[in-house]
Amino acid sequence: MGLEQKLGNMGIVTMSAEKAINWARSNAIWPMLFGLACCAIEMMSTQASHYDMSRFGMELMRASPRQSDLMIVAGRVSRKMAPTLRHLYDQMPDPKWVIAMGDCASCGGVFNNYAVVQGVDEIVPVDVYVAGCPPRPEALIDGILKLQDRIKKEPLTKWN
Amino acid sequence: MESQKKFAMSPSILAELGDAVSETQIFRDEVTLLCPKHRLLEVLQALRDTQQFDMFTFATCVDYYPGEPRFGILYQLYSTTRNIRVRVKVMLSGNDRSVPSACSVYHAANWPEREMYDLFGIHFEGHPDLRRIMMPPGYEGHPLLKENPAKVEEVAFSFNRARAWEDKPHPQE
Repeated sequence: MGLEQKLGNMGIVTMSAEKAINWARSNAIWPMLFGLACCAIEMMSTQASHYDMSRFGMELMRASPRQSDLMIVAGRVSRKMAPTLRHLYDQMPDPKWVIAMGDCASCGGVFNNYAVVQGVDEIVPVDVYVAGCPPRPEALIDGILKLQDRIKKEPLTKWN
Repeated sequence: MESQKKFAMSPSILAELGDAVSETQIFRDEVTLLCPKHRLLEVLQALRDTQQFDMFTFATCVDYYPGEPRFGILYQLYSTTRNIRVRVKVMLSGNDRSVPSACSVYHAANWPEREMYDLFGIHFEGHPDLRRIMMPPGYEGHPLLKENPAKVEEVAFSFNRARAWEDKPHPQE
């Protein structure tokens, strides 16, 4: 059987550029390899073979912010780390998204003190908050799927 | 193992330190030597050179606010040859937050003293590099002093949720 039979005579498929680009964006999010505390252990197991984040188009954790689209803030952000985190965020190319993973990154968690930023949304804009201390890999994957849904619905006028 | 209590009461240590130690406290076989701050280095030097306290374990600070004297500076020493420990304690007034640096006797005191400076604002005279170690360089104040609030943010319940939300810093993008 030749290729012609397999593909059939499909001719031209038309769709909006908005939809096509959003589809491409949402299914190839490359997260940044960036863990701050114990949540990073769950993030690693999400990435590893048992939960396998690459099923959702995230096979690559990039060690450089210049190659990544998504920053998963995994852990509490100390006041000393905050400028570095913002610096990394600024280095990421647009379009970029942020997931606050766990209670500490979302609102400070149990660390209601002078040393820890009370929610990473004080320094970077957060798209999805994942609750849990730490969240299980399923919860993080759910957060990522929520983010993908959100990216798919992003109108052209809101693109960066 | 040599008893720490026996060590604290031994004639050699009493003769060595003499009136440099104002009080010897023994609690559950833990020995604490209290000394005035101008004789701290003398005591540490004597313990290191003649009593074989060759290892500096840690140094820390206690804030006894509103008590006076307000601060207690603690130096914990260990003798690897004799397997005994001793604690040297200096009490400081809240109005005079300076103490001689132990760096000249024990090099390991460098970072613990920086930590005490950072978190309690104790000034160590003669310290080679007295700057912040825990908090970022631009931080103002000394966070572990008792006059600071224990929490930085009001915990939001249903009755105060609106107010707590208003107080939260929100980013401007």
